Amino acid sequence: MNWLGYAFFFVAGIGAVAGALGVVLLRNAFYSVLALVCHLISLAALFMLLRAEFVAAAQVIVYAGAVMVLYVFVVAYVGGGEEVRVGSALRVLGPMFAVALAVELCLAIFGSGLQAIGTMGARVHVPGFGTPRHIGTLFLTTYLFPFEVASLLLLVAAVGAVVLARRRRGLPGGEREALIFAPRPEGAGTMAEAGGVRQALAAVERTGAAARAGRARGNARRTPAGAAAGGRGQAGADGEREREGGW
Amino acid sequence: MSIGWYLAISAILFAIGAAGVLTRRNPLVILLCLELMLNAANLALVAFARMHGGEAGQVFALIVMVIAACEVTVGLGLIVAIHRRNLPIDVDELSQLNG
Repeated sequence: MNWLGYAFFFVAGIGAVAGALGVVLLRNAFYSVLALVCHLISLAALFMLLRAEFVAAAQVIVYAGAVMVLYVFVVAYVGGGEEVRVGSALRVLGPMFAVALAVELCLAIFGSGLQAIGTMGARVHVPGFGTPRHIGTLFLTTYLFPFEVASLLLLVAAVGAVVLARRRRGLPGGEREALIFAPRPEGAGTMAEAGGVRQALAAVERTGAAARAGRARGNARRTPAGAAAGGRGQAGADGEREREGGW
Repeated sequence: MSIGWYLAISAILFAIGAAGVLTRRNPLVILLCLELMLNAANLALVAFARMHGGEAGQVFALIVMVIAACEVTVGLGLIVAIHRRNLPIDVDELSQLNG
């Protein structure tokens, strides 16, 4: 590999590590997601260097495209505010554990005695190594069962996510009983229910207010004449049903 | 570049992700750090595939990406459900299950 390959490797590697550090260190969840996008694209460049073209393309399209959009939407929905720093033992022990893990892994890698670890990799005889054609052939012949299991797992995850995140149907907190025993407004029977519970309740409240107003008017007019008898009777009946319903 | 360098970067990325999972408290960021760890494993898989000159490691890496996508979907669904119930988005305060 010439110097261009080295330069490409170091740029991509530094980008990947910097993106990972940004994910961990940035306080705002939104910036963490953006740092992860940077990390994923750098990682795709490393995959290209390792002659895994299809994996690199899938990484950019699936991860940096679809999954990150999902993340951004959830962060925007939940509101990824700033985290409050709280001193705890893990805040000190976590980085120490991570450094120890990295050192141990590097020792294990370079002390493993694998012969090919210092080489550029085996000589690839197949001309289309890592292309979609080869990967697809492998997926549909040798690795057909893992492929189908992965498809099923994706389906289960999609259904599970919809079930978990759906809005719970049903009326909260006695609204149902209130609707059942509510006084029916004039001419608003089942159509109002079909129009929506809240609309029906609003209609009920409006009718109740109108009935109260009508009763007040009727009381005022009772002494002069019985002209408002019909209206008063209507209002009285409404008021009685209102009391029954506990409004 | 020799394969060992890729494996070293993979180890460093894995350690950074582990540190994030241990220290951060926002479950969204914890999911992101899990992604980091899975991607580090992916890089190691692809590097070993290159080392052996076979494509089985790349197939394995693609399957790992599918698993990661499933994990993200379910995890984000859980976070949205937590948010709908007006619970705090904080793993230190969501500790009812461990008594």
